[in-house]
Amino acid sequence: MTDYSADSILVLLDVTPSGALAKSAAGLLGAAAGVGTPVAVIVAAPGEGEQAATDAAALGASHVLVAEHAAAGSGLTVPGADALAAAAELVRPDAILVSNSIEGREIAARFAARSRSGLAVDAVGVSRDAEGVVAHHSVYGGAYNVDSAVTWGAPVITVREGSIDARAEAQPVSVERLDVAASGRKAAVIGAFEEEVVASSRPELRGAAKVVSGGRGLGSEDKFALVDQLADVLGAAVGASRAAVDAGYIPQSHQVGQTGVSVSPQLYIALGISGAIQHRAGMQTAKTIVAINKDADAPIFEIADFGIVGDLFTVVPQLIAALEARKA
Amino acid sequence: MKIVVLVKEVPDTYGDRKLDLQTGLADRAASETVLDEIGERALEVALSYADSHPDTEVVVLSMSPGSAAATVRKGLAMGAAGAVQVADEALLGADLGLTAEVLAAALQRIGFDLVIAGNQSTDGSGGVLPAMIAELLDVPNATSLNSVEIDGAELRGERATDHGTMQVSASLPAVISITEALPDARFPNFKGIMAAKKKPFETLTLADLGVDAESTEASRSIVISLGEKPPRSAGTKIVDEGDAGERLAEYLVQNRLA
Ligand SMILES: Cc1cc2nc3c(=O)[nH]c(=O)nc-3n(C[C@H](O)[C@H](O)[C@H](O)COP(=O)(O)OP(=O)(O)OC[C@H]3O[C@@H](n4cnc5c(N)ncnc54)[C@H](O)[C@@H]3O)c2cc1C
Ligand SMILES: Cc1cc2nc3c(=O)[nH]c(=O)nc-3n(C[C@H](O)[C@H](O)[C@H](O)COP(=O)(O)OP(=O)(O)OC[C@H]3O[C@@H](n4cnc5c(N)ncnc54)[C@H](O)[C@@H]3O)c2cc1C
Repeated sequence: MTDYSADSILVLLDVTPSGALAKSAAGLLGAAAGVGTPVAVIVAAPGEGEQAATDAAALGASHVLVAEHAAAGSGLTVPGADALAAAAELVRPDAILVSNSIEGREIAARFAARSRSGLAVDAVGVSRDAEGVVAHHSVYGGAYNVDSAVTWGAPVITVREGSIDARAEAQPVSVERLDVAASGRKAAVIGAFEEEVVASSRPELRGAAKVVSGGRGLGSEDKFALVDQLADVLGAAVGASRAAVDAGYIPQSHQVGQTGVSVSPQLYIALGISGAIQHRAGMQTAKTIVAINKDADAPIFEIADFGIVGDLFTVVPQLIAALEARKA
Repeated sequence: MKIVVLVKEVPDTYGDRKLDLQTGLADRAASETVLDEIGERALEVALSYADSHPDTEVVVLSMSPGSAAATVRKGLAMGAAGAVQVADEALLGADLGLTAEVLAAALQRIGFDLVIAGNQSTDGSGGVLPAMIAELLDVPNATSLNSVEIDGAELRGERATDHGTMQVSASLPAVISITEALPDARFPNFKGIMAAKKKPFETLTLADLGVDAESTEASRSIVISLGEKPPRSAGTKIVDEGDAGERLAEYLVQNRLA
C-alpha cells in the first residue's frame, strides 16, 4: 500500500492504439508538477503497461498506477472511467487532470457525472490558490481569459493538447497494479480501428511551433501540395480551413478553427484563407501571423503581422526558393 | 422509434461573441442568437432516418432561456414532431454538471430510444455533455461519429478519434453524438413553418423535473475571474510587385522564424 502525498494530482495519460504514451503526457505531467505531486494512471492492454509506466516516470510521474485488462479497447469510454474512479478512490487527489483529446474528455465526462465532481474543460493552464487548484481557459477564440474553480472537492480538468510548455523532472520508476472493479455501465463496442497515416517527418498540428495552413484558395487537392512543400521547408505543421477540408483537399484532423483544432504557434502562415471569424477563433493567438491572399479586403489581413496581397501560386514558390537558397 | 435531438441556442459566430465582464456569462444581448449548426446536423440525421422510417417520432430538446423559444421552434419547422424546452431562471450560468443532470432528467421524462447530440457546441465547445448524459442514464455513448447507420435496435458508425477512426456499435437505447462530417441540415420550407405553429411545444421548469440547481451534493464549476484580451491589430501589408516571396523570406529570417 503506497502512501500518497497530500498534494497528489491524479493524471490520466492517454495511450495510443499501438500502446505508446500519447504526446499529451509530457504537458499533463508538467502541469501537474506545477501544482502538486503527479500520480499517473494508465489503462493499457496486458503486457503494454510496463513500458508506458517507465515512460511516464521519465516525464515526471512520481508514481504510476497501471490498469491492465484484456477488455482494454473493447468497450468505449466506460473502462477508462472505471479505472479513473478506482484510482481517485485510492489516491484521493487534489485535482484530476485528463487530456482534452476526444477519448480523454469523454472519460473525464463519465467520471465527473458519476462522482458528481466539478468539471472544467479545455484548460490551457492550472495553478493553485488558497482554496485549491484553479483552471485557466482561453475562450471565444482567445478573446477572453477565464479562471474557473469548483465549489468543493477535487476538480476534474481537461487540458488542451499542446498548450502546456512546462515539463516535469524525471522520477524514479514506481509502478503499481491498479485493481479496477467494473462498474457494469453499458458501453458501446469498439470494432476495427484505422490509424491515420501521418507524414512522420512533419510536426503534429497541436502544439506545433510553426503552422502553414491552406484554404479554398489552393483550388484542388493536387495544388494543396504547395502548402506541404512550404511547411516542410519551414519545419512546420500543416493546417487548413474548413472550406479546404470540405472540398476534400485534406483530412478534417487538419482543420484549424472553432470546430477544428486551436493552435497558438510562434508562426502561422495562412495561404488562400479569407479569415472568417470561425477560422480566426482557432489561430488568432499565434505570435506572428502571415497571410497571402489575392483579395486586399480579406479579413485575414486585419490580424496579420505581415500581409501580402498577391497570387499565392507565384508568391509561395518564390518564397520556397528564397528560403532554400539561404539554407544552401 | 423515438429519437430525441439535443439542440442548443448559441451566439451567431458570424458576429462578435461577447462575455459579460461583470457576470462572466455569455452576453446574449451583444450578439444575434441562432440554433447551433451542429445541432441542426444532428436533427438532419434524425429527420432523414424518419423520412425512410415513417413510424419514427423526432423530438427536439433544449435547455435555454425562455427567450430562445423562437430558435427552438426552428427545429419544428425543419420537421421535428415536437419540442421540449427546459427554461428556468435558476439555470442562468449552469455548469456542465448541472446541464447534464437537467437534460438527463428531461430525457427520462420524455422517453427515448435514441438521443442524438452534436459532438461539440459552438460556444461552450466542451464536447463532454453527450458522455455525461449517457453516464447518468446508464446507456452506451457512441460519440464523435462521422457516419451513423441505424438498424433496428442496433446502431453502427465511424468514430473520429485523435489517432484515426474506429468502428463502434451500440444497442439502443443509446446516446450518440455526431461530427460536422455529416451533412448540412435541410432548410425549413413555408409548409414546415406553418405546420410548426400547430405542433406540441412543451416548456418545463426545474420543479417539473425534480432537479435542484442549488443542491450542494454535487460540486460545481464556477468562474472566479475573467479578463478580456486586447484585440490584435494589423501590421505591414504589401502588394506583390514580383518580389513579395523574397521579401517574406527576408521578414521570416529577420524575425528568426525561418
Ligand atoms: C458553426 C461554424 C463553424 C465553423 N468552423 C470553422 C473552423 O473550425 N475552421 C474554419 O476554417 N472555418 C470554419 N467555418 C467556416 C468559415 O465560416 C468559412 O466558411 C471558412 O473558414 C472559409 O474558408 P476559406 O477561407 O478557405 O475559404 P474562402 O472564404 O472561400 O476564402 C478563400 C480565399 O482564398 C483567396 N484566394 C483564392 N485564390 C487565391 C490565390 N490564387 N492566391 C491567393 N489567394 C487566393 C480568396 O481571395 C479568398 O479570400 C465554420 C462555420 C460555421 C457556421
Ligand atoms: C465560453 C464558455 C466557456 C464555458 N466553460 C465551462 C467550463 O469550463 N466548465 C463548465 O462546467 N461549464 C462551462 N461553460 C458552461 C457550459 O458551456 C454550459 O454548461 C453548456 O450548457 C454546456 O456545455 P457545452 O456547450 O460545452 O456542451 P458540449 O458538450 O460541447 O455540447 C455537445 C452537444 O450537447 C448538446 N447540448 C449542449 N448544451 C445543450 C443545451 N443547453 N440544451 C440542449 N442540448 C445541449 C448539443 O447537442 C451539443 O451539440 C462555459 C460556457 C461558455 C459560453
